[in-house]
Amino acid sequence: MAKELLLMRNITKTFPGVRALKDVCLDVEEGEIHAIVGENGAGKSTLMNILSGVYPSGEYEGEILFDGEPCVFRSIRDSEDKGIVIIHQELALVPYLSIAENVFLGNERARRGVVDWDETYTRTAGLLEKVHLNEKPSVLTKDLGVGKQQLVEIAKALSKHVRLLILDEPTAALNDEDSGRLLTLLLDLKAEGITSIIISHKLNEVEKIADRITVLRDGAVIETLDNGERTIREDRIIKGMVGREIVDRFPKRDTRPSDEIALAVENWTVRDPLRPDCLKIKGVSFTVRRGEVVGLVGLMGAGRTELAMSIFGRSYGMDISGRILLGGEPAELPSPKEAIGRGLAYLTEDRKSSGLILIDDICRNISLASLSRLCGRKGVIDCNREVTAAEGLRKRLGIKTPSIFQKTGNLSGGNQQKTVLARWILADPDVLLLDEPTRGIDVGAKYEIYCIINELAAAGKAVVLISSEMPEVLGMSDRIYVMNEGRIVGELSREEASQEAIMKCIMQSNREVA
Amino acid sequence: MEKMKEMFMANIRQYAMMVALIFIVILFQYLTGGVLLRPLNITNIIQQNSYILILAIGMLLCILTGNIDLSVGSVAAFIGAVAATMMVTWKWPVLPSVLISLLLGVLIGCWQGYWIAYFRIPAFIVTLAGMLCFRGLTLVMLRGQTIAPMPQSFQKSISTFIPDVLGGADLNYTALAVVAAAILAFAFADLRSRRKKLACGFDVISFPLWALKILTMGAVLMAFSWQLARHRGLPVVLVLLGSLVLIYSFITGKTVFGRHVYAFGGNEKAAKLSGIDTNRVFFLVYANMGLLAAVAGLVFMGRLNAASPMAGTNFELDAIGACYIGGASASGGIGTVAGAIIGGLIMGILNNGMSIVGVSIDWQQVVKGLVLLGAVAFDVYTKRRTAR
Repeated sequence: MAKELLLMRNITKTFPGVRALKDVCLDVEEGEIHAIVGENGAGKSTLMNILSGVYPSGEYEGEILFDGEPCVFRSIRDSEDKGIVIIHQELALVPYLSIAENVFLGNERARRGVVDWDETYTRTAGLLEKVHLNEKPSVLTKDLGVGKQQLVEIAKALSKHVRLLILDEPTAALNDEDSGRLLTLLLDLKAEGITSIIISHKLNEVEKIADRITVLRDGAVIETLDNGERTIREDRIIKGMVGREIVDRFPKRDTRPSDEIALAVENWTVRDPLRPDCLKIKGVSFTVRRGEVVGLVGLMGAGRTELAMSIFGRSYGMDISGRILLGGEPAELPSPKEAIGRGLAYLTEDRKSSGLILIDDICRNISLASLSRLCGRKGVIDCNREVTAAEGLRKRLGIKTPSIFQKTGNLSGGNQQKTVLARWILADPDVLLLDEPTRGIDVGAKYEIYCIINELAAAGKAVVLISSEMPEVLGMSDRIYVMNEGRIVGELSREEASQEAIMKCIMQSNREVA
Repeated sequence: MEKMKEMFMANIRQYAMMVALIFIVILFQYLTGGVLLRPLNITNIIQQNSYILILAIGMLLCILTGNIDLSVGSVAAFIGAVAATMMVTWKWPVLPSVLISLLLGVLIGCWQGYWIAYFRIPAFIVTLAGMLCFRGLTLVMLRGQTIAPMPQSFQKSISTFIPDVLGGADLNYTALAVVAAAILAFAFADLRSRRKKLACGFDVISFPLWALKILTMGAVLMAFSWQLARHRGLPVVLVLLGSLVLIYSFITGKTVFGRHVYAFGGNEKAAKLSGIDTNRVFFLVYANMGLLAAVAGLVFMGRLNAASPMAGTNFELDAIGACYIGGASASGGIGTVAGAIIGGLIMGILNNGMSIVGVSIDWQQVVKGLVLLGAVAFDVYTKRRTAR
């Protein structure tokens, strides 16, 4: 057996309200490619953040042995000194600096504070050759595609004499050609003795390149599969990832959806505003009936949020084409204002950055989308009506707070989420697009939010539920659309739907593209 | 009692600045041997600071969006120059000249607002450009000379006093009557809103407490108007300023537009996704700043009785300072018109008091700078404490 490079023992990490990791053990052998797989929220990134010192020693329990020595990482710098380098999903390059400047950023080749540019450039050229990137070191990184930027990141890691390279979803943003190139590079590096840990959702890639595969679920290691012979198949990995029994975590809904279609989207196509050559949504069509909860699932980057936001008054994307029918009639929704006016509501996936006004109180946050309907005379808010309405919703949704004049920034995640939900209930829409309505909130609050969703459906509202937590979508939806890479790749009825079925839809479409 | 403590803690910044203002008044009343609150000096303080306070009102809206407007001093000077040219050089009648000046102010505001709101050029840059451009245009307009004096009728309508129609001898009865009427109107309106709140079942302060609040407020205002009445009565600018404060307090506090401004400054993305036309809000805030800069320009010109090329220098900095001292947040979304006025008064009374005591201009600047820094440091400190 090969030498053990890294051993993480009994790692437990708790965030306020959630235990992200419990008793996780991970061992990585020198010179292997070790894959870590799991659903969103299974704890993969948390584990890697602990390993790379993003969460400093003391914020978690357990110990880390690297090269046989116990390690105490107080910062990323400490772990990098040992040769552990993490490359995050969001690349951390400075766009207006050259490749060479980026590669040696924070690690400048300098003598007494004066940068030695000759050495910087020659060494960068050498590193670029190693990662098979055919660009001059003086090119600005903003002019490179994502694939090439990824390679620059790896060159940067190599410049630090990396021994253990961690890649978080390295191929998520890459096309197949770039992905292939990156994976080959990893194999080359392996031949040179560099160990890597790769976190990936693309199981077909994992099955090809990983020597061993560790499956995480709900913050615990389920199993470590030996793929030395490349015998492990996707189905086997999926089973480990999702093989949990769904207990009755979801309240039952007694009402049935009506036959009346509330929202129909036809042939919806959207371009990425930052990369106009890239289609983010490709000819998507779907329907939602009144009183129906429709789930929209897919892995990160599948385009679910982009789809919902582009429908909601073109809040995302450019060159949008396709048709929206509301209650059977074509609707033009050029801005959120019109969308709200026509009975649409969109609950954002990130309540802090784009949902709440954190410095304002609960009352003002709830009334924000309905101000014109709370007016006595035109343009003048009737504060009494506003407070009465907000207070009513506070009671109905059970927002736990001493008063509705509390700042929303001081509330817990669950209560913040209920506040945003209250805003949209007050706006009295026909169709609600709920994007990750239970992200990062505790189990109790989740259950309450499920009850609210059921109430809304029972009242004849159409609900689109976007969520990365598959059990939630399975438990709540009457029907499920599966999205992948900007397309709808499957429609499952409640009876057909299972985690395996959803994963299969996604994997199948990945294979078709490949 | 708990509730009152909570309310106090929530508004600690506002109360603290109020307390600071009262402290400064008492301090200088003592240091100046009673000169500060003499009728003549009170009138002076109002007239010296009216244009800064008018600018501070508009500036508050800009600051609520998380930006500032650096051009207001230059715009005020430019409007003054244009109005003076119309009235003095071209001998146009006063009223049309004033209206055209105000309209021009709005147009200037729209011009800057367009670049800021729809082109999204940072407001700092657009208004810095405006600051240079309109100062230059002022010089062009006046050919570097001062135009003076203004026509009598303009003089009379701006830098004068409300005439005493009730015919008091050494006391201006009209001033007392107007202020008393205003207090009664306010008390009546407040009582009505209190009744409505009770009808909806909301918590209100108890009646004795309410009465105490109204009586204290009334007493302070009556004492103030008494002092004014002993001089020459109510200055016209005070009535103008008072109306503007009421109007803009109403807009920021009670209207949909006001709420949109706060929402924009608090979280633009969230505001947009809640159906607010954020670009329009942004545009209107700067258009309005143009209007108020024009008003301030005319008031200043009226007081000086001249349009000078260097008028309005550093007005923008005083207005911005007033807002920050008054509790506005530099990152937007927090602040009130009343706060900005209190902030402006703190600066104004510091100026006036120090001048009377004989502190030189150089040291006045130092003190003002430290007060600004201290006020904001206090703000950051209390916020950090409450966050914990």
